[in-house]
Amino acid sequence: MTVQSWLEAALADAEARGLADLRPLLRSLAEATALLRRADWNEDAERGGQRSAAAARQRRPGTSGDGQR
Amino acid sequence: MDNADLPAVSIGELATRIRSGRVSAADATEACLEKIARDNPGLNAFITVLADEARAQARQSDQELSAGRDRGPLHGVPVSLKDLIDVRGVPTTAASRVRGGHVASRDATVVTRLREAGAVLIGKCNLHEFAFGTTSEDSAFGPVRNPIDPSRSAGGSSGGSAAAVATGMAFASIGTDTGGSIRIPAAACGCVGLKPSYGEIPCDGVVPLSRSLDHVGPLARSVDDAWLVYHAIAGTPAVAPLAMRDRTAPSSLRLGLAEPYFCEVLDEEVRSAFEAERARLERAGARIVHVEVPHAHEIASIYLHIQLPEASAYHASVLERRPGDYTRSVRLRLELGRYVLAEDYLRALEGREVLRREVDAALEGCDALLLPTLPIPAPRLGASAVALGGRNEPVRGLMLRLTQLFDLTGHPAVTLPCSRTASLMPCGFQLVGRRDQTTGLLEIARACENR
Repeated sequence: MTVQSWLEAALADAEARGLADLRPLLRSLAEATALLRRADWNEDAERGGQRSAAAARQRRPGTSGDGQR
Repeated sequence: MDNADLPAVSIGELATRIRSGRVSAADATEACLEKIARDNPGLNAFITVLADEARAQARQSDQELSAGRDRGPLHGVPVSLKDLIDVRGVPTTAASRVRGGHVASRDATVVTRLREAGAVLIGKCNLHEFAFGTTSEDSAFGPVRNPIDPSRSAGGSSGGSAAAVATGMAFASIGTDTGGSIRIPAAACGCVGLKPSYGEIPCDGVVPLSRSLDHVGPLARSVDDAWLVYHAIAGTPAVAPLAMRDRTAPSSLRLGLAEPYFCEVLDEEVRSAFEAERARLERAGARIVHVEVPHAHEIASIYLHIQLPEASAYHASVLERRPGDYTRSVRLRLELGRYVLAEDYLRALEGREVLRREVDAALEGCDALLLPTLPIPAPRLGASAVALGGRNEPVRGLMLRLTQLFDLTGHPAVTLPCSRTASLMPCGFQLVGRRDQTTGLLEIARACENR
């Protein structure tokens, strides 16, 4: 589900449960979720691999920092 | 014998005095109990004071030492515990009405190790309810107050532990750190706080907040003291005191300073205090190298999507049966976690791996990372936002901003006191070491400590 549809459903649920105080927290969480979903490490089923070539290189073994304890 | 300074001496000094006969473990314990009787009513650092048990343990310590059985530098030293940590026969309240009537049936592993090291367990410290906060003001037992300014928070969630150590009500305390809950209050109260590497210190017998982020560690008044307590709870108490090891010289250190993100949003007094520490270290010969954590602006989002659902999963059944027994703000955040979708939790786990590799990479060219611990001095009790850089910023996000990354990545991190801010409030600077090299980090910390 999109962040917007998630937020609408969550706000309605919070309202129905008498938790109106949750609404600002849900809106803040929605912003954070949107940021998370835009991140360049997320894989892309259409193109294959990460959205970002840099993130893809970081995932491959032997790159800087990989394999350290 | 004049032991008027007893509550303020180091663990090492106390150990010396006990073995020279200048003071007994019973004297040290009584000094702490007197300090608690005097200071705790105003600070609310303790939920349970184990006076009778502590006196009995202290007598036993003195008898053992007289008989030649020396358990090491913590033998006879009064230590407190965050009230998330089980002590056999004693309630673990988690500062919550939810835990009313609970009594621990066995010691947490860290408690067993402290007993083996001869420590005297002086009491259970107040905290933010279920460790789910950064100010220690949402507690079924009332807020913990900052020893420097009681109108301010002691930080959290291990606020009681920090206040106890800072004031001499205990010589050290054991806290927990999931987003910064050892380092935040340690910085707010002016003491040392160590979050070891993830998984190093057993968490069994400790009430969880977020299992993939939870750490257990010491708060103390010096790096030397933190070293001794860390090794006791790590199960290696026989290690030599830090002062007896070959000294790391500041001039041998390369410290990585990540200014993007980590030095962008700082109270001006905190910025001045941190810059003064940086300058001091440079004068001592340390070299500052500039590093980056490229995905730093995603830290908070990643942290939220892991910590919230992990905490909510633990509390789900109680949340449904007894929601009113939580403090309001903790209840709301637990409810919030139940809305996080599994796909976003998985995205956050991937993001955590990205951050872990980036911190590893940042550490490649240096001995430790250097950054502030808290972007603001301890906030006033009841404040949900503070003015910073012309904006009203939520307190919670600010308090977590510079610490939560290393709970995500598992790197060891220690906060040390800076010189006070212009308003005379404590603040701290952090050093972060390579994963699974907590010992090395503490050696570096001792070299950097402003003593």
